Amino acid sequence: MNTVAESRLKREGSLEKNPRLSQWLGVHRDGTVSIYSGKVEIGQGILTALAQIAAEELGIALERIRMVAADTSMSPDEGVTSGSLSIQDSGAALRYACAQARALLLERAAARLGVPARDLQVKDGVVRTAGLSTSFWECADDALFDCEIDETAALTSPRDYRVVGRPARRRDLPDKIAGRPRFIQDMTLPGMLYGRVVRPPHNFAGLISLDDSKVESMPGLAAIVREGGFVGVLAEHEDVAISAQRALRLAASWKEIDPLPRDVYAWLKEHAAEHRVISEKENADVKSRGVTMLEASYTKPYISHASIGPSCAIAQIDDGKLMVWSHSQGIFNLRRDLALALAMREDAIVVRHVEGAGCYGHNGADDAALDAALLARAAGGRPVQVQWMRDDEFAWAPCGPAMALSLRAALDPQGNIVDWQHELWSNGHSSRPGRSQGPALAAAWHLSTPHERPSAINLPLPAGAADRNAIPIYDFPNQRVVNHYVREMPVRTSALRSLGAYANVFAIESFMDELAQAAEIDAIAFRLRHLKDPRGRAVIDAAARRAGWSNWKPVEGRGHGVGFAKYKNLGAYCAAIAEVEVGREVRVNRLVLAVDVGLVINPDGVINQIEGGAIQSTSWTLKEEVKLDARGIASLDWEHYPILKFSEVPAVEVELIDRPELPAAGAGEAAQGPTAAAIANAVAHALGLRVRELPLTYEKIAAAISQST
Amino acid sequence: MTETLRLIVNGAETALDVDPHTPLLYALRNDLELKGTRFGCGSGQCGACFVLIDGHPAPACDTPLWSAAGRSITTVEGLGTGGGLHPLQNAFLAEQAAQCGYCTSGILIAAAALLVKNPRPTEGEVRAALDRNLCRCGSHNRMVRAVLRAAREIAP
Repeated sequence: MNTVAESRLKREGSLEKNPRLSQWLGVHRDGTVSIYSGKVEIGQGILTALAQIAAEELGIALERIRMVAADTSMSPDEGVTSGSLSIQDSGAALRYACAQARALLLERAAARLGVPARDLQVKDGVVRTAGLSTSFWECADDALFDCEIDETAALTSPRDYRVVGRPARRRDLPDKIAGRPRFIQDMTLPGMLYGRVVRPPHNFAGLISLDDSKVESMPGLAAIVREGGFVGVLAEHEDVAISAQRALRLAASWKEIDPLPRDVYAWLKEHAAEHRVISEKENADVKSRGVTMLEASYTKPYISHASIGPSCAIAQIDDGKLMVWSHSQGIFNLRRDLALALAMREDAIVVRHVEGAGCYGHNGADDAALDAALLARAAGGRPVQVQWMRDDEFAWAPCGPAMALSLRAALDPQGNIVDWQHELWSNGHSSRPGRSQGPALAAAWHLSTPHERPSAINLPLPAGAADRNAIPIYDFPNQRVVNHYVREMPVRTSALRSLGAYANVFAIESFMDELAQAAEIDAIAFRLRHLKDPRGRAVIDAAARRAGWSNWKPVEGRGHGVGFAKYKNLGAYCAAIAEVEVGREVRVNRLVLAVDVGLVINPDGVINQIEGGAIQSTSWTLKEEVKLDARGIASLDWEHYPILKFSEVPAVEVELIDRPELPAAGAGEAAQGPTAAAIANAVAHALGLRVRELPLTYEKIAAAISQST
Repeated sequence: MTETLRLIVNGAETALDVDPHTPLLYALRNDLELKGTRFGCGSGQCGACFVLIDGHPAPACDTPLWSAAGRSITTVEGLGTGGGLHPLQNAFLAEQAAQCGYCTSGILIAAAALLVKNPRPTEGEVRAALDRNLCRCGSHNRMVRAVLRAAREIAP
């Protein structure tokens, strides 16, 4: 017998886990509305877009919306703010929640005024009927929203949108531009101590011994905290904590670790533990028409998050309860892992989100929270703030995994791809908290009873992880895609903006150009002949038109190139065209991007995310590589891990294709792969030579030239 | 080990009992509670902690208090006049020239110094002046547009 629960369709967005209306909003007497989203602001402007959605469905002014910072004691559990999913998860839930709230408020207003709801006129929460009036603010009480969200309330039609689809100013920027305290790094609590953690200078090494006798007497030092191999300091003044950290680092002796591989790509291929065919299509007749065979290998190095503000957290223990303030992307998962690491009950811990510096994936935010909690245990009830130093961040935050990729294809005599093969080798792309048996928090590996360091895993397709976007969106009659998973990790890896999509799209789109060249067909025409998806074709066309693709005038040392993807093969469509100049270094002069995210909530927000994503991808593609020496990460400052500078940033033009009738997809990661591919293709066009190893530095180009001669 | 040093920050004078080798950054953030100046790298490589010292942008993380004492220090909180925002800050809002905003204060400081020296900079001059400031979110072009907008407003 079928039960009701089994036959019910899956609920919209985050409603599945958080079905009560009161979990999502509260309407107040003062004419404001609190929205409790479980998604968090990480510099992407999500709270502004969610406020727009809420204001739209409630039919009230955007200024009335108060976005409440996510908190495990009161917010809906929406998992992790990642994967460009917040508009889909939280936005969809809020749409239904606010539509139902509005219907309930109108029902109550009608009862109060003694007229049928259809006779009411409503404007910005004020409800009128012949000579009488009331308001949402008067009608709301706690009991009204104590019900299930049934997804039956009529939603506002996109045709009638007044707030959604129009540019809205980011709500967090006035503070940030005025320099007012807003970040967790700026937060001060009464009696707060400053903490720093003394970590090994290199990956995963443990402590052998520590002579703290010289540091102990440092004036202003409150405590040296040791628990197993975990060493931290507490001080009344921040600069004292930093001096003590530096001094203890020198006084400690650390275990040597096994030397790291010199050629990480060869190492990945040797150490693959699982081999999974993720897509297979076969048509032997068509395959037999192949006459030109091509193959090529591509590589992508470890990349650092490299946020400008190092990770930070505040913790306080009061009467057995732990309060943590964190810029984590997933406060509920963090709470779970804190409980495991500290052997506490989850309900004795509250994690509250406070904004931090730009977050592009799983960085050190969660680790810093455990650091602060461990130090808070020794702080006698006083709050403790821990901020990582720059080298802590480069050495200890997980890296975006290195990847090796090999592609093969066959062309028929007419220049059609008749066979396509794609293999990739990579560590897992997620070692986030909440996903493994033990805590995925750095300090937990060094405690007296150390927890095991979890291996990064891959989330399953269709979104995928290492294999994200590895299955081509083009229509090939024969194809085979294989994901070789490497469990063992030379350095700690986890999620970085777009996961494997960056490398897969770089490789696929580079190879498409190599094939187009072999077939002697224009790169854009070649893509369009293999692509049926109309939305994909539309963004490629739009980018080509905007960039003036067909009017390109050849100039010595210059080139243009295109890259395209549908993010995760599920989300936003993005086509990028790059124009470059290659001297000693590559300079990207111009990027043109056309994007289709379906319904656009905040046009300026989408443009800002695409622009920023394209510039960050340009930086990765031209400059970035985590440098390893025998023992670990050797690029520990900005000199050794340079990123794109103001004078190197290209002009970026973004064209949005608005599709109000289609669901809204996230924009945050759509530009990463297409931008990389467009630049690589433009460099190949300028040089007449293909560089298949990222980043496209002078050294890599010189190596490619010397290999070709 | 501590000394009494006289700091002139945003036009106001304070005396602090401090270790003179303490970086200016921590005195500003923790003693004077001016949190707009931010820690980024601790070695003057990123610009997140830029302040004006006698009108020149300098990294507060790498400036010991003894060398800043007695000189005129301006932080992002002191850029505007009469409690209002500096035209640069208004232009940053108008252009929505930020994503995470962590690097913003230091960039405003570098831009303010530029506009004093060169009230009508070209785009290339703005980029060159901001080259010591790192931004990770990719808001560079918006910030450059905002600086050019502010320049037009200050010296039309």
